[in-house]
Amino acid sequence: MGSKTPLYDKHVEAGARIVDFGGWDMPLHYGSQKEEHHAVRQRAGMFDVSHMTIVDLRGERVRDFLRHLLANDVAKLQVHGKALYTCMLNEQGGVIDDLIVYFLGETWFRLIVNAATRDKDLAWIRQHAVGYDVDVHERAELAMIAVQGPSARELAASCIDAEWREQALELKLFTGMEAGGLFVARTGYTGEDGWEIVVPAERAPAVWDQLVAAGVAPCGLGARDTLRLEAAMNLYGSDMDESISPLEAGLGWTIAWDPDDRDFIGRGPLEAMRAAATKRRFVGLLLEDKGVLRNHQRVVVEGVGEGEITSGGFSPTIGRSIALARVPAGDYESAHVDVRGKLLNVRIVKTPFVRNGQVRIDI
Amino acid sequence: MSELPGDLLYTSEHEWLRRENDGSVTVGVTDHAQSALGDLVYVELPEVGQDVDSGGDMAVVESVKAASDVYAPIDGSIVAVNEELADDPEKVNADPYGDGWIVRIKPNESIDESTLMAPDAYQELLDQEDA
Repeated sequence: MGSKTPLYDKHVEAGARIVDFGGWDMPLHYGSQKEEHHAVRQRAGMFDVSHMTIVDLRGERVRDFLRHLLANDVAKLQVHGKALYTCMLNEQGGVIDDLIVYFLGETWFRLIVNAATRDKDLAWIRQHAVGYDVDVHERAELAMIAVQGPSARELAASCIDAEWREQALELKLFTGMEAGGLFVARTGYTGEDGWEIVVPAERAPAVWDQLVAAGVAPCGLGARDTLRLEAAMNLYGSDMDESISPLEAGLGWTIAWDPDDRDFIGRGPLEAMRAAATKRRFVGLLLEDKGVLRNHQRVVVEGVGEGEITSGGFSPTIGRSIALARVPAGDYESAHVDVRGKLLNVRIVKTPFVRNGQVRIDI
Repeated sequence: MSELPGDLLYTSEHEWLRRENDGSVTVGVTDHAQSALGDLVYVELPEVGQDVDSGGDMAVVESVKAASDVYAPIDGSIVAVNEELADDPEKVNADPYGDGWIVRIKPNESIDESTLMAPDAYQELLDQEDA
C-alpha cells in the first residue's frame, strides 16, 4: 500500500490499472495507454501529478539562495509567475534532481520537484538554505493536475473562475498565475501546449470531474512516459542521476554560465568537464528494424565504442521505436542496438521526435 | 474479470493451449496476460521448424510498457506462427484466444497434462495473484 493522491478514488472509479510509482499508488492507464497518448497529441488529456513535491521558499535572500542552489539562473525570472527549468547539482556536478522554479514574488519562489527524489531534495535544500535564512515549506496539501494537448487550455478554461479565465488563457509559455485559489501555469511534460493546475487537495476531485465533463481524457503514467519520450524530455533516474552531469544528459542548455562569477553548486567540476573534450553525447535514436528499444540496452558504434539507452520505448505517434541514449562522442549517423543478442539498426536523429502533434524527424 | 474459455489448458506463465484435431497444439497468451501487458506493439516470433523445449522462451510480446517472454508449454517443434501479428500485434489484445494466437507446435510426445492447468486451476491461480 503506497501513498494515495486526493484523486486516487477517481482513478479507481474510472477503472485505472494502479501501479506503484516511487511509493505512490498511481494510475498506469485507464484501459489503453496508446489511446490516452493519442488523446493528448490530438485533443486533450489530463494526468494526476499530485505525487510531485511542491516546495515554497520564502525569505529576503531567496533569490540569492536559488542562484547558488540551481544550475540555471533565477536572475532570468523577472516577471511575476515566470518559470524556469533547471537542474539541482551536487558538489561533483551530478544531477540531484531536475525541477521547475516559479517566481511568485521577490521573497517567494516555488519549486516543483520529482516525487521519487522528495526526501533527498528536501534535505539538500534545507541544508543549504540555512545560511540564507530561507524558509523551506513543503506544500503537501496541494494537488496538481496536468491538462495537455492542442485543445487543453480551451477545455480546461471551464474550471477557472470566470473572473480569471481570460487572463489565464492569455498566459505566455512557461508562465503561471493565481486564479481564484488555483495556480495555473502554461507548462507540461508532453511536448504539447497545456496547463499544469495546482489545486488544494479538497478541491481536486471537483476540478477533475469538471475536466472530465469538459471532455478531457484521463491519462495514466504510461502515456505520460511515451509522450515525454517523443518530446525528448528527460526523466530523472533514467536519463540522468547523481553520477551524470547535465552536459552528458542533453541538458547543457539549462546551465547558465553567465555571469561567470555566479557560484552555483557543482560549477567547478562542470567547468572542467566543459573545457575537456566531451567523451559522451546524448542523442535520439530511431529504430530502423522491427522491435522495441528499451532502457539499458547496449548501443554499439562500430569502430568508435559503446553506449547505453537511457529511455527507450515505442512511439505511438511515429509507429516505430525511439530512444534517448548516451553514446560515445564522434561523427556518425547510425549505430546498432543489442536487443536480446541481435544487433538491430538505429539511426541517430535530432530531437525532439514529436512536438505539438507533429513528427519532427525524417522517417 | 478476465475471460477463460473452458476448452483450453493453461500454464502458470499465463499461456493457453488448444489441442487441434491434427495433433498439433495452438499456443497464445491469456486474456489476463494481455490485459496486464497493455497495448501490444511488437511480437517477436520464432521460425517455423524451430525446436522448443518446455519452459524455454520461444517468443516475446512487447507492449508500450514492457517486453515479456512467452514460454513453450511443451517440447516440440514450431509448425506455424501467426504472421499477422507482425503488422497487427494488437490482435493479441483484441482476441487473445482467437486471432491473437501466437504459434502452433507439433508435440514430440504425448502431452504431459500434469504440468498444465485446467481452467478452474488457472482461475485459482489468478485469484491468488489478485489476493
